[in-house]
Amino acid sequence: MFDWFFNFINWLVAIYESWPLGVQITFMTLVKIVALMAPLMVCVAYLTFAERKIIGYMQSRLGPNRVGPRGWLQPIADAVKLMFKEIIIPTGSNKYLFLISPILSIAPALAVWAVIPFNDGMVLADINAGLLYVLAVTSLGVYGVIIAGWASNSKYALLGAMRIGAQIVAYEIAMGFALVGVLMAAGSLNLGEIVKGQSGSIFHWYWLPLLPLFLIYFISGVAETNRAPFDVAEGESEIVAGFHVEYSGMAFAVFFLAEYANMILIAALAAIMFLGGWLSPFQGLPEAVFAVPVLGAVLGGGIHWLLIKMSFFLFCFLWFRATFPRYRYDQIMRLGWKVFIPITIIWLLVLGLMILGNVPPWWSAA
Amino acid sequence: MNSIVRYFKGLMLLELIRGLRLTGRYLFSRKVTLQYPEDKTPISNRFRGLHALRRYPNGEERCIACKLCEAVCPALAITIESEMREDGTRRTTRYDIDLTKCIFCGYCEESCPVDSIVETHVFEYHGEERGDLYMTKEKLLAVGDKYEKQIAAARKQDSAYR
Repeated sequence: MFDWFFNFINWLVAIYESWPLGVQITFMTLVKIVALMAPLMVCVAYLTFAERKIIGYMQSRLGPNRVGPRGWLQPIADAVKLMFKEIIIPTGSNKYLFLISPILSIAPALAVWAVIPFNDGMVLADINAGLLYVLAVTSLGVYGVIIAGWASNSKYALLGAMRIGAQIVAYEIAMGFALVGVLMAAGSLNLGEIVKGQSGSIFHWYWLPLLPLFLIYFISGVAETNRAPFDVAEGESEIVAGFHVEYSGMAFAVFFLAEYANMILIAALAAIMFLGGWLSPFQGLPEAVFAVPVLGAVLGGGIHWLLIKMSFFLFCFLWFRATFPRYRYDQIMRLGWKVFIPITIIWLLVLGLMILGNVPPWWSAA
Repeated sequence: MNSIVRYFKGLMLLELIRGLRLTGRYLFSRKVTLQYPEDKTPISNRFRGLHALRRYPNGEERCIACKLCEAVCPALAITIESEMREDGTRRTTRYDIDLTKCIFCGYCEESCPVDSIVETHVFEYHGEERGDLYMTKEKLLAVGDKYEKQIAAARKQDSAYR
């Protein structure tokens, strides 16, 4: 009874195969990009909902629960509202830079997803210098924010941009060093190789030998994405909304998307580099367990484990926001330069010794 | 020595974990949000909401135009004019409360010797035009007529403490 459906599919495939090879590749890449971006955007939308719900619950409130069943349509309503709002461009602003900076901040946040492996081989661009690419592209994100602060021609926006500039530079270094640790441990810059290097069991994952680097990476990640307690760039109680005071409507929404996409990205990277990405924590159980039909698939490695690990980190982001008061600016700088960087350097030395000494179970003399 | 111990204790993130545990506990605590239009908090008998002028059971208005409420009103929201009625009693010809000035302190109700001006439990009201929140004598008496049962019940419940 589904003949017409299969005929239709065959017809589509025939059309696809009639195209020249270059067009085919471009088309498939575009399809993959859409297949990656659409769920990502939905995740971003529902991350804002999760944030409001979780923080509400931690404050003994209920959070949004009026739009749709139990509030599930709230992010849609927010998106529609933002789309219909006017984008106000301040008279004294640099119009061109003002409008281009949201794009500058969201483009890197989305571009990095190209190298994130969701499963063995399930990656858009399996490049060798994946980690380097991640570092390079995420660093570009700060331009969007700084230019936004500058182009707004507002004192609050400029202050926010100055704060974020110094903060991101400081934490980028600690973050970079933490990634150097991962690079040393895995011996590869390819994110897929890094995950494969962690296979074995939950204790083979790099969170254990790289524990200080893991914590520093995640805390720096919170600082990089300007989330509480490092949200001085926004600091709504001090400088109104920081770099995006003058933005409204969709231009503001794009900054918002970038922030949340970056959060998800940091969560994904932390899961990949320190918690074994798509690897299952039950790896190392007898093979017979994984042969059981459904249970085996659930317990075995796969994209669901990556998603679970990412959800954990995202929950931590929200948890931090509900718990910690905002850092004072000089404390942020002190933490970045005087605490994180020395610790990472020391741990890199320790790590080097561990690798040289072939400390099991992570490194063996083989 | 002490500072070194403090430094390493700080590295263990113990204080942060303690804070996280607290908020983590609250995540599962009972939520106290009241779903307002559906649920409402209980209201005290002494709740001070919209004003009303009361009447005696025989329909005679209570107010004797003593102007104590006008005198005591800290926001100068009450304006009263009075003259003698045909039967020789002193009655108000004008009794206005400007709700946009009123601070709902309840002094008018306290000062009233005949329990005429009272504050009801009504707090969900609004005005759509300028002047809608300027209560005249007619409006106040109408409110009193409408909510007399509630007003009397609240006064009765509270009478032991007055």
